[in-house]
Order: sequence, then C-alpha cells, then structure tokens
Amino acid sequence: MSDDHVYLTLAEGHEDDTRWAYGTGFEDPLHGVDTTVPEGVDAGALAADCVALADDALVSAQRLAEWVTRAPELEEEVALANIGLDLLGQARLLYSRAGQVDGTGRDEDAYAYFRDTDDFRNVRLAELPSGDFAFAVVRLLVLSSWRLAHFRRLQAHPDPVLAAVAAKGVKELTYHRQYAAEWCVRLGDGTDESHRRMRAALDEVAPYLGELHTAYDVRDEVADDLRQVTRAAGLTLPVYRPLPGSGRAGEHTEHLAPLLTELQGIARAHPEATW
Amino acid sequence: MSAEQSGKPGKQGWPLYEVFVRGKRGLNHVHVGSLHAADDAMALTHARDLYTRRNEGVSIWVVRSEHIAASTRDEKDPFFAPSADKVYRHPTFYDIPDDVPHI
Repeated sequence: MSDDHVYLTLAEGHEDDTRWAYGTGFEDPLHGVDTTVPEGVDAGALAADCVALADDALVSAQRLAEWVTRAPELEEEVALANIGLDLLGQARLLYSRAGQVDGTGRDEDAYAYFRDTDDFRNVRLAELPSGDFAFAVVRLLVLSSWRLAHFRRLQAHPDPVLAAVAAKGVKELTYHRQYAAEWCVRLGDGTDESHRRMRAALDEVAPYLGELHTAYDVRDEVADDLRQVTRAAGLTLPVYRPLPGSGRAGEHTEHLAPLLTELQGIARAHPEATW
Repeated sequence: MSAEQSGKPGKQGWPLYEVFVRGKRGLNHVHVGSLHAADDAMALTHARDLYTRRNEGVSIWVVRSEHIAASTRDEKDPFFAPSADKVYRHPTFYDIPDDVPHI
C-alpha cells in the first residue's frame, strides 16, 4: 500500500489513473450495450418516453442547482448539488437515446437548450419554484420515490439502452430517496417551526401527486413510501385534489419559462460555443 | 475552547465528525477529513457526499471528533523518540518469502 497520500491509497487499484482528482475507476453505464432498437419497440414512443424522463431530470437538476450558495449548511449544499448532477447525468443519457431513435439525430444539447417551454414534457411538480428547504426535501422525496419505482420497472424494458440507464439510475435514486426521507423525518419530528414548514410543503405538493402516472402502475408503491415516511415524521399526507392538465402533455405552470430562460440563455446566445 | 473545537453541539452549529474511508482495494480505513453533522446518520450521509464522490470508497466510518483521544505535542519525545535507535524492533533480520503479501 502506498501511504504517501490518503487519496493515493484510496485510489489504489487504479494505478494508471494517478490524477484522482479527475475521478478514478469510472465505468461507462452503456459500455457494451447494443444500441439498435429491438424489433417490436415503437421508436417514436421510446423517444417520447426518454424525453419525458429526461425533462423531469433536467428540470429537477436545475431546481436543485439553485440551492448552491443558499443551502442551510455547506454539507447540504454539496448533497443537493450531487443529487442534481446525478439527475443531469440521467438526462444526458436519455436525451442522447431519444436523438438516436427518433430519426432526427439530435444531440443532448439540442433537447436541453433548443426546445421551448411547450416542448418540455416534465411533470409540473419538478418545475415549481425552489421554496424553502422543507419543500425541497418533500419534493425530492416524492419525485425520487416515483422515479425509483418507475426505473425499477424500466430495468426490464425491451430497449437495452433504456434498461441500462434505469439500472444505473436505480442506485442513484435509492440514495436520493434515503436522503430526502431522513430530512423529512428529522424536520417533521423536529421543532414546531420545522413541523409547520413540512405541513405547508406537503400541502403544496399534494395537488401535483395526481400527475405522477407512468406506463406501469406504481401508485401503490409510491403511496406506501410516502405513508411510511410521513408516519415516521409525525405528519399526514393531505388528501389531494388533482390539478387539471398535465406537464406530460406540454401544459406547464408559469414557473417553467423563467427556469428555461436561465438554463438555456448562454447556449442560445453562443450556439456553437465549446468550453 | 469553542463549542466547535470541542465537538459539542452549540449555538455555532452541528458537532464535528472525523471521516474514515476504506478504498476499493485498501486494507483499512484511512482518515480523509472532517465534517459537521447533527447526528451519526447524517454524518454518514454527508461523508458519502463529501468524500466518496469520485469513486474512492467502499466503506465509511464516522466518529465524533470529541471521542478521539490524541497524543499531544508535549508528549512527542517521550512517546516516539525512544524507538529511533532500536533497529532490532524491525523485522529485518530474516528473509520474507516473495509470496507473502501485505508486509
């Protein structure tokens, strides 16, 4: 063992990669995965599914990134940013897959930066403004529970690329859900003020739960997750009145356009820029 | 001594934890740094986010800094200097077979 530097020791086994600060031992989640669309899979529907899942992730990642420099503690800031970057990674793979199969040959940037509000298919819960920390962890709990249940099913999807992206995502989302659940319990079971804020956050999220449908029926699984956490937190999930409309149909709140303006501004001002 | 230095929770914030990570093929946990957290579970979560982001680890230990007893500078000579001239304490007087690892 080399004891010269702790991180050299930690990175042992990757001797060819001494620049550990740039990462060690990374694996390409799509390594060796066949990218031809299998027979019987509708390419158009597959591309639409990929875009919808990617839009959820991209918009969520942008909201999580807004916490950088604003989180209550440095450690939480890193955690939220990490989770956002996990989701951004999922979005990139899914956009790339959509471009491969929908016949347009678009790259990930074309989807992320050069589509307008009406073209986005994310659920509206993802685009709601950041709010306070309680809202951030409640929304993260709901979205990661839902996405995790969905991705678990997608691991058996006939498209090998989508299945591989889902397999990678399941591990990430399991952690996201755990992080969010721990905070929900801590805040719900905390002070009067944190409990009050958690109740307000649940009230805000509840009307958007009805939008969280997938091709698979995961509603019971997600409801179980939420019930388990809210019970441990001394909270109850309010009875929701689903809002009409759906982000999956391109119907969005007024909050998505400003988010996209910020997200897309530089890429649109300098379309061919590289850095 | 401030509350932060002592590792006790105070108005300044959460107590300090020391983080130890076992690398992918490392044999033992190695100290990598410290962080603040409200409790043990949160410390593990934070350690995962702060110290294993680049694929470094397979196992994490966290311990409240206040629970670590450390030798002091004043004790340096009585503690460590006497071993400097005692070469017979090193296992260098016999041959180690080539196929014995980790020595």
